[in-house]
Amino acid sequence: MELEFTAEEKAFRKEVRSFIQENLPAETRERVKEGRGTSREMMVEWMKILAAKGWSAPRWPAEYGGPGWSPIQQYIFLEELQFNHAPEPQGFNISMVGPVIYTFGNEEQKKHFLPKLLDCEYWFCQGFSEPGAGSDLASLKTKAVRDGDEYVINGQKTWTTFAQHANWMFALVRTDPDAPKKQMGISYVVFPMDLPGITVRPIQTIDGGVEVNEVFFDDVRVPVSGLIGEENKGWDYAKFLLGNERIGIARVGASKAKIQRIKELAASMPVGEGSLMDDPRFRQKVVETEVKLKALEMTQLRVLSDIAVRGGKKPHPASSVLKLVGSEIQQTCTHLLMDVVGPYAMPKSTGGEGSNEPSVGPDWADAIAPGYFNYRKVSIYGGSSEVQRGIIAKAILGL
Amino acid sequence: MDFELSEEQQLLKDMAGRFMQDRYGFETRNKYMKEPLGFDPAIWEAYAEQGLLALPFAEEDGGIGGGGVEVMIVMEEMGRALSLEPYLATAVIGASILRNGATEAQRKALAEEIIGGACKLAFAHSEAAARYDLAHVGTKAEKSGEGYTLSGAKTLVLWGGAADKLIVSARVSGGLRDEDGVALFLVDPSASGVSLQVYDTQDGLKAAEVTLEGAAGELLGDAPGQGMAVIRQAADEAIAALCAEAVGAMEKALNLTVDYIKQREQFGRAIGSFQGLQFQASDMFVELELAKSMAMYASMCARDPDPVERSRACSAAKAQVGRSLKALGERSIQLHGGVGMTMEYSIGHYFKRLSIIDRMFGDVDFHLQKLDEAGGLAA
Repeated sequence: MELEFTAEEKAFRKEVRSFIQENLPAETRERVKEGRGTSREMMVEWMKILAAKGWSAPRWPAEYGGPGWSPIQQYIFLEELQFNHAPEPQGFNISMVGPVIYTFGNEEQKKHFLPKLLDCEYWFCQGFSEPGAGSDLASLKTKAVRDGDEYVINGQKTWTTFAQHANWMFALVRTDPDAPKKQMGISYVVFPMDLPGITVRPIQTIDGGVEVNEVFFDDVRVPVSGLIGEENKGWDYAKFLLGNERIGIARVGASKAKIQRIKELAASMPVGEGSLMDDPRFRQKVVETEVKLKALEMTQLRVLSDIAVRGGKKPHPASSVLKLVGSEIQQTCTHLLMDVVGPYAMPKSTGGEGSNEPSVGPDWADAIAPGYFNYRKVSIYGGSSEVQRGIIAKAILGL
Repeated sequence: MDFELSEEQQLLKDMAGRFMQDRYGFETRNKYMKEPLGFDPAIWEAYAEQGLLALPFAEEDGGIGGGGVEVMIVMEEMGRALSLEPYLATAVIGASILRNGATEAQRKALAEEIIGGACKLAFAHSEAAARYDLAHVGTKAEKSGEGYTLSGAKTLVLWGGAADKLIVSARVSGGLRDEDGVALFLVDPSASGVSLQVYDTQDGLKAAEVTLEGAAGELLGDAPGQGMAVIRQAADEAIAALCAEAVGAMEKALNLTVDYIKQREQFGRAIGSFQGLQFQASDMFVELELAKSMAMYASMCARDPDPVERSRACSAAKAQVGRSLKALGERSIQLHGGVGMTMEYSIGHYFKRLSIIDRMFGDVDFHLQKLDEAGGLAA
C-alpha cells in the first residue's frame, strides 16, 4: 500500500493544472466557482479547447479519439478540473452516449458520431426518465413502432437536462410491448432534436433556473439507422453505463474546491469586529466536513486502485458508497455556504447582467441560496440515495 | 497510489485471520477473561510463536520489520475476534517507544524479551486531569545516583496489572503541560514504591491505577526531557492501530447483524426484508467503508517522518472512525432488538469494545478541535 502518487502521475497532475490555468476562459472559471452555471457557448468553447488538446474524453480509448489514459490519470484529470473550477467534459456526450456507441454501435455510427461528440458539434441530451419511470426506469412507456425504415415514436420524456441546448438525443424507447419482462423490449436510439413532432418544454426548478425539460414526441419519425446495437437490448446498454461511472462520481475535487471557498468567504464575512472564521462552532462544522471528505477521498482511491489493478470488471464493494456519500458532502457544502452567507441568503439577484442596481450584501451572496436549493438534486438524480441504499442492501449485504 | 496488499501482507492477513479464528470464539473469550491475568497466557505464547510479537521490530533487532500496514492487518483481525491481550501496549506503543526513544542496548535487550513472549508492557502515561492532552504530565522524576526516582499517579493504565514492565512518563523539568521536560522510564511493577490497583474495564479487559512513591525508574534513551515527540509518535501509531481494531470489530458487528436480520422472523417474514431495516444496514455498511478507508490512511501515515502531517492524518482517522463506530455500533444493537441487550449474545460485546475505543487517545470532539487548531485538512 502506498498513498503517494508516482513521479509520473504527479508530473501529469502538474501538466493538467497548468493547462487549465492557461486555457480556461476567466469568465467560465468565475461562473463555475460562484456556482452560477455555464452557458451553452461557454461549455462548447471549453469542449473545443479540450478537444484540440485531445483531452475532451478522458475515459475513451485512443482509437476512438480519447487520450488513452490509465484509470489513475483519468481520476487526476477529473479531480484537477473540479478543483480548478473548470467544467467537466459534457457528460451526456462523453460519459454516456459515446461509450455506448463505441462499444455497441456499428462502424458507420462510430465514424459519424464519435468525432462530433468530442468537440460538442453534437450536443446530446438523455431521454431516459419519464413521468411514470424515475427510479423504476424499466417502467418506461415511450414507444417506438417500426414502419419501414423508420421508427415512429410517441410518448414523453422528462427531467431532460439541457434539452434546450441539445441538437441530438439518445433515448430508451419501448420497441416490444409484449416482452415477458419490462426490462426486455427496450431499445436504445439516437436522433436529432429538430425532427418534426418533438416539443421541448422547460421546467423551472426551485432555484429559479432551467436545467431540465419535458420532451414530447408526437409521431416522430426516426430513421432505423439511429438504432444502437440490437433492437430490444437497450436496457443492457443503459446498465452498462451505470457501471461506467466509478471514477470521479464522488466529486472529491469539486468538494475540496467548495471547502476552500467556504473558508475564504467565511474569513471575509464580517461578524462584529471579527469574521465568521472566529466562530468555533462554524469552524468545527467545516472540519467535520473535511474529515468526511477525506474518508470519501480515501474510499475513492481504494476503488480507483482496484480498477487500476483488476480492470474494474467486478465493481469494488466500496464503490457503492461513492455516489451516496459524495452527494451528502456536496449538499453539506452548499449548506455550509448558507451558514456563511447567513442573513444575506435572503435577497434575490437584484440586477443580472448589465444592471445598474447595486447588489445587496456581498456580490457573491445572491448565488448561494439558489445553489443550496439546486443541490438538493444530487441525492435524487443518477440513482437516488434511497436507490443506492437499496443496492447496498441487496447486492452487497444480500438482504 | 496503491491500496492493494502485497503478497506478504496477504499471507500475514490470512495467517492472523486463521489464527484468531482458531483460537478465539465468543465462548473461549469468556473463558479467557476468567483467567487470573484476564487473558490466556498460552495465547500470548502463541503470538510469540506466530511472529506477531516480532512484527513491529526491525530485523536487526530480531524482528520482522513490519510497518503501519502490517500492524493494521493484525489489529483488524484482533478486532474481529475481540482479542484481550496487551498487544497494543506491547507491540504497538511499546515497540514504537523503543524504536524512537531508547538506547540501542535497551532496544535490543527488550526487543528480544518481547519477541520471545517473556515481556509484556503497559504504558503508564495518563493522569487524572489530563483527559486527552498528551503533554499533561505531573509525575516527577528526580535524579538519584545512577538512576531516577519517580513520584506521581497514573490512571487508566491498560493491562497495568499484567505487565512485566511499565513504561512511565514523568517530568524532569517544566510545568504541567509543557512540551519540554518529559522523559520515559522503565519501571518494574513489583519494585518498592510502585502500587497498583487493578480493575475490570467495561469492554472486558483490565486496567490499573498506578501510584509511584519514590519508585526506581530506568531512563529510556539518553535525552531526558525530549520524551514528548516519542510519546506523540507512539500515540499516533496507537490511534492507527485502534482504528484498525475498530474496523475489524465493526465488520464483524455488521456481519452478525445482517445474519441476524436474515434469519429472525416476525410478521411471517425475515425482518431483513423490511426496507426500514435494510436501509439501516446499508448505512452501517457505508460507515464501515468510510472507517476502513481512514484506517488504511492512518496506517500509511502512522510513521510519516513529518509529525504535523502524521498527526493530522491520525486525528482525521480517529474522528471518522469514532463517528462511524458509534453509528454502526448503536444500530447493530437496535437491529438485534432484545437479544442485542443480553450479555450472553456477542453483539453487545462488540458494541462495548467499540464504545471504549472511541474514548482512547482522544475522542471525536478532541480530534476535530485538534484539526481545527492545525488549520483543517482540505486540499
